[in-house]
Amino acid sequence: MSATPMSATVRRSRLPLILSLILAFYVLVLYGPVVLLPVFSFNDNIYAVFPLTQFTTKWYQELTGNQAMLFALWASIKIAMASAIIATILGFLVAKAMTRYRVPAKNFFYGIFMLPLILPTIIKGASLLSFFRQYLDVPLSLWTIGAAHVTVTIPFAMLILIARLESFDRSLEEASADLGMNAWETAWRITLPLAMPGIIASLLLCFIVSFDEFMLAFFLSGSQPTLPIYMFGLLRFPESMPMMLALGSCILFFSIIAVTITEMLRLKRSEALL
Amino acid sequence: MTSAKVMARPGGRPTRLARLSDILPPQWRRSDAFISLLLMAPAFLFIAVMLFASVSTLVLVSFRELTDPGAPVAYTLSNYLALFSPEGDIYRALLLRSLWIPLLTTVAVILVAYPFAYILAFHVHRYKAVWLILVTIPFWISYFLRVASWKVILGENGVVNSFLAWLGVIDHPLEFLLYNMGAVVIVLTHSWLVFAILPIYVSLEKIDRSFLEAAKDLGDGSMQVFLRVTLPLSLPGVFSSAILIFVRAAGDYVTPSLFGGISGTMIGNLIVSLFTAEDNAPMAAAVSVFLMLALVIVVCAVALLYWLWKKWRANL
Repeated sequence: MSATPMSATVRRSRLPLILSLILAFYVLVLYGPVVLLPVFSFNDNIYAVFPLTQFTTKWYQELTGNQAMLFALWASIKIAMASAIIATILGFLVAKAMTRYRVPAKNFFYGIFMLPLILPTIIKGASLLSFFRQYLDVPLSLWTIGAAHVTVTIPFAMLILIARLESFDRSLEEASADLGMNAWETAWRITLPLAMPGIIASLLLCFIVSFDEFMLAFFLSGSQPTLPIYMFGLLRFPESMPMMLALGSCILFFSIIAVTITEMLRLKRSEALL
Repeated sequence: MTSAKVMARPGGRPTRLARLSDILPPQWRRSDAFISLLLMAPAFLFIAVMLFASVSTLVLVSFRELTDPGAPVAYTLSNYLALFSPEGDIYRALLLRSLWIPLLTTVAVILVAYPFAYILAFHVHRYKAVWLILVTIPFWISYFLRVASWKVILGENGVVNSFLAWLGVIDHPLEFLLYNMGAVVIVLTHSWLVFAILPIYVSLEKIDRSFLEAAKDLGDGSMQVFLRVTLPLSLPGVFSSAILIFVRAAGDYVTPSLFGGISGTMIGNLIVSLFTAEDNAPMAAAVSVFLMLALVIVVCAVALLYWLWKKWRANL
């Protein structure tokens, strides 16, 4: 794209005030509702109403002593860790194939791997429930939720890792092969270290997606609930609303930190890491 | 030049894995097709089992008769006949509503998201990465949390009502805020907004700026440049996000169950209650298949229209 001197000055120019205001308004709209969660979670009132009354941390204290919540939290962490690791491994293999080899019927395979993202969740949930209960006849448990979560996180892992593998020069891998390393040594000593920011981003984001997933877990959970299901239960009773606000704020806090880290990793150019 | 050929080492150290692969004919070992299929096999098999096998089971179950546990399985068309019987108008009404609500949502999302993506792509030059991160974060924040937080805003004791009461504008809570179709559309629009901003932004960012300058040099005003160059070139992003949002919103359960009331109930609620409260898996499966077919038809129709439009433009 050739930049004439005029357009170059335009490109560097400041954002007009009116446009900055519009952007700020949009960001306010995007974040507005979720920002209210922490605001009211510190308010000493069982209802989330204005005006704010007294500052309190009692909802958070109530949360830490809540056995059922801790149980659900631990279940969610286990599922999210397992699905993040499995989806990232499977996604890495796919990304490797898509970026380094001439894949036959590439668009077909790409479509298949994106399918879990496109299919409506209710169809996925209903199908998997029928599959596990009517066809395989296995009892519903954390395993069935985990299997479903691996399915829905594979597209995310694949997309992130394709972007990462495309971003660095594949001649590095070829040089390593020319210098006598076999495919496994090249993968271990060249590809993996270079892909590491992408792998970390994929692990974190798949963890978040699985940790927050409600609908499939709702269909596929046995006697043990995950955290989103536990929170859905809290929503039904007005008196448990403050606890749900406190719990939601904690999840929000950790999600935002994790996403910010991954976004910074992903925006970093690969050259800077060499 | 393929890296597969490069990686086949001439005279490297023999390893156990290399010896194992010697079983295969050499033209296989070196072919891109074989290696890439091998790499994709685990993910492909996993998705094949989890999606294709399970959707097939769903279709199979939808033809089953509702029987007592332990009774022999029998197959019937009665579930589908019930969908089209005169008494089944509740199913058809819910299906229509589950297409209508996502349609309103998709249109609203695109109208709101487009200007934002446009400003981001064409007018933001400083701190662009910061703005992009700000837009991306809500994409990854729990869908469930984003929906649930609207309960705090719209609820009977929620922010809107208590704020208005505090100002003295109202003396009893506004009930129309919650439990209707409008509430469902608002919440769905808000929660799917980021899923449109990012794809539209990407398709706007990809537009070659020299096209815009050429159109200007040839005498187009800024409105004409937008309508004749920018908008058509950004339509792929608009269409792909619209289809994704439409399909995903049609199968939503959380939002209608928290905000829908009677007028905002969607087909997802029906499927869940058939599975759980009524313990009628065959009927639930039939309703799910019904929804899936309706979505496939809508998506194919939209894709066909888009294709015709592109052909028409190419012939101009």
